[in-house]
Amino acid sequence: MLSIKNLQVSIDGQTILKQFNLEVKAGEIHAIMGPNGTGKSTLASVIAGRDLFQVDSGEITYEGKNLFDMAPEERAREGIFLGFQYPVEIPGVSMANFMRTAMNEKRKHFGMEPLSGAEFLKIMEQKKKLVDIHSNLTNRAVNEGFSGGEKKKNEIFQMALLDPKLAILDETDSGLDIDALKIVANGVNKLRRKDNATIVITHYQRLLEHIIPDYVHVLFDGRIVKSGDKELAKQLESKGYEWIKKEILV
Amino acid sequence: MENKNNDILDEVTGAEYKYGFYTDLEMDQAPKGLTEDTIRFISAKKNEPGFMLDYRLKAFRHWQTLKEPQWAHVDYPPIDYQDIIYYSAPKKGPKYDSLDQVDPELLETFEKLGIPLEEQKMLAGVAVDAVMDSVSVATTFREKLAEKGVIFCSISEALQKHPEIVEKYLGTVVPFTDNYFAALNSAVFSDGSFVYIPEGVRCPMELSTYFRINAANTGQFERTLIIAEEGSYVSYMEGCTAPIRDENQLHAAIVEIIAMKNAEVRYATVQNWWPGDKHGRGGVYNFVTKRGICAGEHSKISWTQVETGSAITWKYPSVVLKGDFSVGEFYSVAVTNNRQQADTGTKMIHLGKNTRSTIISKGISAGRSNNSYRGLVKAIPRAINTRNFTQCDSLLLGDQCGAHTFPYIEVGNRSSVVEHEATTSKISEDQLFYCLQRGIDMESAIGLIVNGYAREVLNKLPMEFAVEAQKLLSISLEGSVG
Repeated sequence: MLSIKNLQVSIDGQTILKQFNLEVKAGEIHAIMGPNGTGKSTLASVIAGRDLFQVDSGEITYEGKNLFDMAPEERAREGIFLGFQYPVEIPGVSMANFMRTAMNEKRKHFGMEPLSGAEFLKIMEQKKKLVDIHSNLTNRAVNEGFSGGEKKKNEIFQMALLDPKLAILDETDSGLDIDALKIVANGVNKLRRKDNATIVITHYQRLLEHIIPDYVHVLFDGRIVKSGDKELAKQLESKGYEWIKKEILV
Repeated sequence: MENKNNDILDEVTGAEYKYGFYTDLEMDQAPKGLTEDTIRFISAKKNEPGFMLDYRLKAFRHWQTLKEPQWAHVDYPPIDYQDIIYYSAPKKGPKYDSLDQVDPELLETFEKLGIPLEEQKMLAGVAVDAVMDSVSVATTFREKLAEKGVIFCSISEALQKHPEIVEKYLGTVVPFTDNYFAALNSAVFSDGSFVYIPEGVRCPMELSTYFRINAANTGQFERTLIIAEEGSYVSYMEGCTAPIRDENQLHAAIVEIIAMKNAEVRYATVQNWWPGDKHGRGGVYNFVTKRGICAGEHSKISWTQVETGSAITWKYPSVVLKGDFSVGEFYSVAVTNNRQQADTGTKMIHLGKNTRSTIISKGISAGRSNNSYRGLVKAIPRAINTRNFTQCDSLLLGDQCGAHTFPYIEVGNRSSVVEHEATTSKISEDQLFYCLQRGIDMESAIGLIVNGYAREVLNKLPMEFAVEAQKLLSISLEGSVG
């Protein structure tokens, strides 16, 4: 589904990712872990198409297509979803209006008729349950006045509505209490299918107790220095990132 | 993203004005220029009562003593008032019994504007008094209104049928001595709307008028007079689009509203006149005086405006709060793009005790435009316990536009409370990227964000107008930069 080869990315002349390689297949959950400032969020942004970053070399193919040929909105419509670390507020734009617009853009992309207001509301009510959202989203503006936990739940709610092929969750666990963490993880697990894939970016192991990854990658200094299964995450938790640093130096 | 945004901005601002077309009707018009003879011609053409001609002539003589004001934050070449045609009317008769009798070309124009009268009659339940180059050509729902005693007609017709009401109220809120353009309008006004709501009557439908400038080089001088008697209610909507013109078109309208005790008048405007091309050539000069007086206790006047058009907009819909406990409101969204200039706001003049006013102004600037809010809140010593809340927000798109705020506050007593809040913001890259990542393209994203920003005001519009206004905002701004 996603294949990243020898990717090198920089911002303002400073290299952030280098010799980065990753293969993600349908049905898989990959966790990318690493200390702060090692390029985890940069990776998410580059896949989503944020042009703050300069891609110096390397390639990314998504579903056999060159990702760099696709505009950010096209990537989204083709099924790439980014759960933001810091979801932005859009005052005055209701969640319902926002998501209906997004879903209809996607439908248009695939030559489908737009959803009517009633159809949309029905789907929205279903998906709200998935992440335990109770408030009336038809009159709440996008992320405006949402607590930290609500914002993260809202990201998963949007993911549920857009039904992506590839979801990248960027530090979705940060700022969540244990209850919210469980709700978010539960939502992600329920959305898991054989034909979609998830990349979970996280600093801590605790999210991975609830979302069980098939692969765990440790990102350090712009590249993956160690890969393994869920046991790697546990090792990291107990030994700390210093352990990885020493191992690399050896 | 910067470059891409600029490209889109260029592309969108380069788009041709959507409603750019005009109808070729045989005109029955006054010769160019302005003299007492012009005024006599207009008055005679309209078969006006004597008092009206006297009033016009007085206004004209006063106007001749005035100089064009220069204080607004706008810039335009000198207007040659002798190079303007002050009266033109479609030649064929002004009134019809049915649509079949209306000039087909005219109907076609309305079709292009998206306001087919038949559909409006059936779907919207709105009485439409369509003003085409100054003369009313179609009026609907007359009977339904007449049942309630509501008078809704052109001001020319009112001068024929109800001259005593017109004479009693015309110029009482905006006297011809008020300002330069008010004097000009009072001298040469061609037509406009007249609304009279009798005591205790709640007008059974939204009243709307579509104004339209259509004849080349013809100034449009509308005159609207709305009188709401004690305990009555009316909601009035005005909306307009105009065809492309090379030469600037001067529009100097006057709207006067009188609300008696316990009466409420809501006045909504969606204004989308030709703003000129992207180099600032052409476009309408919209120099308007709109004012209402809350004459009686507990009366209320509410102005809502969505301003997206015109090369220059210069207007301050105002409320004189004379009656104790009266309420004035002003809700405004003003959008400027390319080289447009807007100097708009309101005046809330608190004369009565315990009067309240609210001002919500949302300015949106893009391109190389300039958008100014100018507002006066005044409370005289007698006007104790008055309240005003003003919120004045500016949204900037791109880095070549300007937003300016000129608040004036004059309070003459110790018990009045005046609050003023102001913000300036930009559409952030983060907001745009968030939308893009959800599959929403740049233009739709800007439309969404801007409509969200203006929602507080758009919510004040009657339903059918709100939809039109939302589309307008998106059309006016799509693709502008954060």
